[in-house]
Amino acid sequence: MTTTVLPRVTYINVKHGVASWLLTKDHKRIGIMYMIVVSFAFLLGGLFAAGVRIELTTPQGDFVSSDTYNRLFTMHGIFMVFFVLVPVVPAILGNFVMPLMIGAKDVAFPKLNLMSWYVFVIGFCFTLYALVSGGVDTGWTFYTPYSSNASNTNVLPVGIGIFITGFSSILTGLNFMVTIHRMRAPGLTWFRLPLFVWAIYATSLVMILATPVIAITVGMMALERALGFGIFDPRLGGDPVLFQHLFWFYSHPAVYIMILPPMGIISEVIACFSRKNVFGYSFVAFSSLAIAIFGFLVWAHHLFVAGISPYSAMVFSFLSFAVAIPSAVKVFNWTATLYQGAIWWKAPMMWVFGFMGLFLIGGLTGIFLASLGLDIHLHDTYFVVAHFHYIMVGGAIMGFFAGLHFWWPKMTGRMFSDSMATLAALLVFVGFNLTFFPQFILGYLGMPRRYHAYSEEFQVLNVLSSAGASILGVGYALIASYLLYSLFRGAPAGANPWLATGLEWTTQSPPLPENFAVQPVVNEGAYEYSKREIKVA
Amino acid sequence: MPNGVGAHADAHGHGHAHHPALQHHFETLEQQHEASTLGMWVFLVTEVMFFGGLLMAYLLYRVWYPEAWSEGSLELDILLGGFNTVVLIGSSLTMALAVRSAQTGMHKATVRWLILTIILGLTFLVVKAFEYEHKWALNHIPGPNFQFEGPHARQVEIFLSLYFGLTGLHALHMVVGVSILGVITWMAHKKRFSPEWSTPVELSGLYWHFVDIVWIFLFPLLYLVDRAGQGGG
Ligand SMILES: [Cu+2]
Repeated sequence: MTTTVLPRVTYINVKHGVASWLLTKDHKRIGIMYMIVVSFAFLLGGLFAAGVRIELTTPQGDFVSSDTYNRLFTMHGIFMVFFVLVPVVPAILGNFVMPLMIGAKDVAFPKLNLMSWYVFVIGFCFTLYALVSGGVDTGWTFYTPYSSNASNTNVLPVGIGIFITGFSSILTGLNFMVTIHRMRAPGLTWFRLPLFVWAIYATSLVMILATPVIAITVGMMALERALGFGIFDPRLGGDPVLFQHLFWFYSHPAVYIMILPPMGIISEVIACFSRKNVFGYSFVAFSSLAIAIFGFLVWAHHLFVAGISPYSAMVFSFLSFAVAIPSAVKVFNWTATLYQGAIWWKAPMMWVFGFMGLFLIGGLTGIFLASLGLDIHLHDTYFVVAHFHYIMVGGAIMGFFAGLHFWWPKMTGRMFSDSMATLAALLVFVGFNLTFFPQFILGYLGMPRRYHAYSEEFQVLNVLSSAGASILGVGYALIASYLLYSLFRGAPAGANPWLATGLEWTTQSPPLPENFAVQPVVNEGAYEYSKREIKVA
Repeated sequence: MPNGVGAHADAHGHGHAHHPALQHHFETLEQQHEASTLGMWVFLVTEVMFFGGLLMAYLLYRVWYPEAWSEGSLELDILLGGFNTVVLIGSSLTMALAVRSAQTGMHKATVRWLILTIILGLTFLVVKAFEYEHKWALNHIPGPNFQFEGPHARQVEIFLSLYFGLTGLHALHMVVGVSILGVITWMAHKKRFSPEWSTPVELSGLYWHFVDIVWIFLFPLLYLVDRAGQGGG
């Protein structure tokens, strides 16, 4: 295969027409359909962020009113968290590559998979409706009583939207978990699984156990708002802090729904572009499970100043320190994998380096916030905003782009421009740091989050942050343009452009409708790069 | 390599006969059965977490307001609740017999036991509706029109909010369960199940038993709080 051409029959051209996509049960097509909706949500969320950053270039509240500002940051959070970060890796890349990686024809329940997409779209539509009919101003956290009886904005449709979307997440997690248990190719034992599959498994565990709790919590909030039930109502003796407990019982583990799958991607890409086995494979695999499990025991670190008892605060602070250990194990093992590797400087690897830098800062500042005394100073300041953006954008989105660039040739059959992709990675990395690093300082100096006006002395850092955000925007626009361009003009990629191990690279790109021409059989571990004759220049 | 693939891409283009229930992405009926069963168990785990959020709220307020809980539970009709408990346990028996009949290939018996299960499920829902209607008449529905005489009226409103939340969610599961059983009955009537393939009956059985078990927890938690204390006093 010296001159590569596009294969004749692929999952893309096997059937034509919009209906063939909307009624498909093919996990690959469903992954692509998620990508379209999520990209749209990302664009919307980005526009709201732009509104926020424009307002914050001046200390006075002059660009929008404070009510509009509340709506802007709320809608930014809602679209980005529930419709981008949670589904971005599992629903797009997990759907597309996980069944290929385990040598299956499809996920265990293809119809349920399609239904999950429709559920997701219906939830998205409810949220869009809430947006066009006036928006929501409660913050993405929906704390009662802001959300139950103190807000006159459209909380109910958003609540319903998120309730519905939650089921998409639950059903996807269920589907993946059963798929990984029951659909693996002959010979593909648990400890031969690619680490991305381990990460998806751990993520599914979190989706299954945590998401129902946010669904019922939003349901209780909706009952309170719509029918006047009084579960969180202080006038009846109800406790709004209970809402915060239940909310974070989901929303802290949800951070791991966002970050575990990108961590899996990092393991794949680092192994491929260092031409080495992942150092300490089983530690990396089990650290995913450890994160999934211990992630359930730390939620109350969001409530240190909400009046919880100091003893439980101490326990939660300690556990929050402890949950950093498995993440650190991963970072150490990745670093050890790079050590003495034959590093191949290609675009996916650039995104990995970006991820490692940003995730490290995000993780370490998380330790600051988990410390009881420091948190009282930093709570609800821009320090927190910077911290979680380093994890959720610096970590999850950079990791997603590493995976997208890694598997793009597999998904589309075409190569993108490597130099453009490297430039985009650099732009995003610089733009991101310029946007969010000043926010650490702002928060440390005491600038509170969620206000549309601030004192004069914070202006310089805020202008820097807004300038960084524009570079970030240019970086994302660049990615969209060269990837779209590659769809039409990209060189055919061939089955395995990165000379990677893994079953997904043994089939043609784009893959067949049923993935493999013959059922693959596995007889070695996931990253046997050293056994391969291939040497990369 | 891609050339030989076109024919293979069309599902069931292999030539040899498959069981009609076998979906193309599974190798064997056994694999399909194992996947479906695991899927249902995982789903039931999500259901436990779903009810768990409400039960967490129940637990907190019960610890905070024990008097309101005992006042509130005395408002519930223990006779109707007890009757419904018996009805649901009975329906679990008929459901188990339906699964057994399907597994042994007795089509008529399967249909009969399924219909009986549906009747018992509907009985439960009708009784539940009467209970709700009674609460409505007394203005015991939480919200702006809520009225209650007693020293802990406001906390009793929280109790009743949770009562309606929990039993309403449970009733919703019953409605879904009865609808599923309707479809399964129709399939059984069309002789779709056999000793080799009775997975849908087994899965709906699992779901039905789960919904019953939820009630087994709800009945004492809501109706029997402090009954012993009241009886003694
Ligand atoms: Cu947290």
